[in-house]
Amino acid sequence: MKRITGLLLVVLAVAGVLCADSALSITGAGATFPYPMYSKWFDEYHKKNVHLEINYQSIGSGGGIKQVTEGTVDFGATDGPMNDDQLKAFQDKHGFGILHFPTVLGADVPSYNIPGVSAELNFTPEAISGIFLGKITKWNDPAIAGANKGVSLPANDIVVVHRSEGSGTTYIWTDYLSKISDEWKTKVGKGASVNWPVGLGQKGNEGVAGMIKQTPNSFGYIELVYAIQNNMAYGRVKNSSGAFIKADLASLTAAAAAAAKNMPDDFRVSITDAPGKTAYPISSFTWLLVPAKFSDATKRDAIKGFVKWMLADGQNYTEALSYAKLPKEVVAKEMKALNNVQ
Amino acid sequence: MATTTTTVPSAGPVAGLRSFLFRLREGDEIARMITFLFAASVVLVTLLLVFVLWQGSVLPRHKFGFNFFHTSVWDPIFDQFGALPFIYGTLVTSAVSLFVAVPLGIGAAIFLAELAPARVSDTLEFFIDLLAAVPSVIYGVLGVFIVVPLMRSYIQPALQNTLGFLPLFKGPAYGIGFLTAGLVLAIMVIPYIISVSREVLLAVPRDQREAALSLGSTRWESTWQVVVPFARPGILGSIFLALARALGETMAVTMVIGNTPIISASLFSPGYSIAAVIANELTEATSNLHYQSLIELGLALFLLTFILNGLARLLIVATSQRGRAMGHT
Repeated sequence: MKRITGLLLVVLAVAGVLCADSALSITGAGATFPYPMYSKWFDEYHKKNVHLEINYQSIGSGGGIKQVTEGTVDFGATDGPMNDDQLKAFQDKHGFGILHFPTVLGADVPSYNIPGVSAELNFTPEAISGIFLGKITKWNDPAIAGANKGVSLPANDIVVVHRSEGSGTTYIWTDYLSKISDEWKTKVGKGASVNWPVGLGQKGNEGVAGMIKQTPNSFGYIELVYAIQNNMAYGRVKNSSGAFIKADLASLTAAAAAAAKNMPDDFRVSITDAPGKTAYPISSFTWLLVPAKFSDATKRDAIKGFVKWMLADGQNYTEALSYAKLPKEVVAKEMKALNNVQ
Repeated sequence: MATTTTTVPSAGPVAGLRSFLFRLREGDEIARMITFLFAASVVLVTLLLVFVLWQGSVLPRHKFGFNFFHTSVWDPIFDQFGALPFIYGTLVTSAVSLFVAVPLGIGAAIFLAELAPARVSDTLEFFIDLLAAVPSVIYGVLGVFIVVPLMRSYIQPALQNTLGFLPLFKGPAYGIGFLTAGLVLAIMVIPYIISVSREVLLAVPRDQREAALSLGSTRWESTWQVVVPFARPGILGSIFLALARALGETMAVTMVIGNTPIISASLFSPGYSIAAVIANELTEATSNLHYQSLIELGLALFLLTFILNGLARLLIVATSQRGRAMGHT
């Protein structure tokens, strides 16, 4: 017994020394949408660099921006880029800026439950904005039926379902609606939570999906990853070239590639309603927020090391988790921008 | 305690007894101080809470002033924040829940305390305590998967067919909304009402019942006309405990209320409550005004609870005084 205790003590002491050696721990906080991807990356990266531990709390994009601005975490993450006011607030507080690094792509898909209709429906931008503005109230409205010849749609009232809590998924959806509908842009706008003209709010993708499954004649948006993992039916959306596209990893990357051609230097770009024949129109990047200056050089090198790995090897893990890869052009540009972190 | 010290004196000289008493008094003093600190910490936490909520809501208080409490637009994009739909939703769902839970809860408590055999009463009490310990998210899941479909397919159509002429039961039946949230809340608060009311009824002195029975009243007359009035302050207390729980409930409500800030006379309409909107929007509130408006909603909920609790106190004092006055005459 004594011997075992002694052995245990030795093991503990060794472990303690090892831990003290690998003391570098980096904390981040923010977006919930890419959380499964990030936790996989941090885990894999930790396996390769046992001395470095990255802790990430998925508290939401708003919380991520707040915490990185206040300096309570080393980096942030967000589903919607920081706006000019937020950038200025960061600059004023710290004396240097903060950089956006796109990590993966996500998308929203329109989901519905119409009794007796099993066909995959086509949705035009006019139909989607009309339904969400409360102007199209019946399933057999010409705006919907016109794009779905041969499907007999009922004359029932549409029950609109949206997210109740602030979320990146809502940001992408409202960003898209703001681009395709001037009325939406001026009346509602884009954001993680908005003042919805119509509809019922449910919490989380699972809440919206559950409500759609339960409620006859319902229509709502869910995140692509969730829809794929739960085998949910979803419709095609007409893109800016006039083609009806079903969201999948390839059509997301196509949207990103189209946007990559005129990617701004700060990466704050919206790729909803992107040009390109095969581009899916309701998709978006999600970003890491990295301060431009670090007082601690080891931390800086560790974060830069991680972003480099994430842009190269890390991208190979994305598709297994149903996230779309970054286009090559974007990766190359980000590698260059990484030099601005000092 | 006092009796043991008075029987001790023969054991020692008078001086020893004095110091013993002195030490005892010292001990009393210490106990008093410690328990006072515990009690004071409650006040301290309350004051701290008010302070934090007040400090955290500077922007909306200055921008909207009193308008915050009586306007009904909640728009994070265009920076318009009005709390009225949330206050309305909180009050309506709580009222529905009490409307259902009070008769059921008190009825069950009377059965358990007065009519059921002790064995049955204790067994049921065990289950009731279990119900009170179930996390609210479980009640929310129960609401989503059982109450909502039931409401949509059976209860709401039935209400519409029979009482549909009332504005309370108009509009499309989504299955979620004020009525469903109120019902789920009722299920959650009933255990509190039963448990506390049962204890209060059991604490009514035996001679009250015996006196009533000896005057020739039936069992039910003695229960309803003597025991229940005697226990009224305690029963009211249990109702207000339930109300407090209903006002502040977050998770179960947000899952079944529809999360839409509208004021509608129809109980079928989706709505929103204060606690639900805070939980939903706080993490993703990117603008300071939005964030602080949510904090001010917390302040509004605190004030609401404060006012209702104050009224509850008054009601309890009024009824117990009337009871005492009746007792004297």
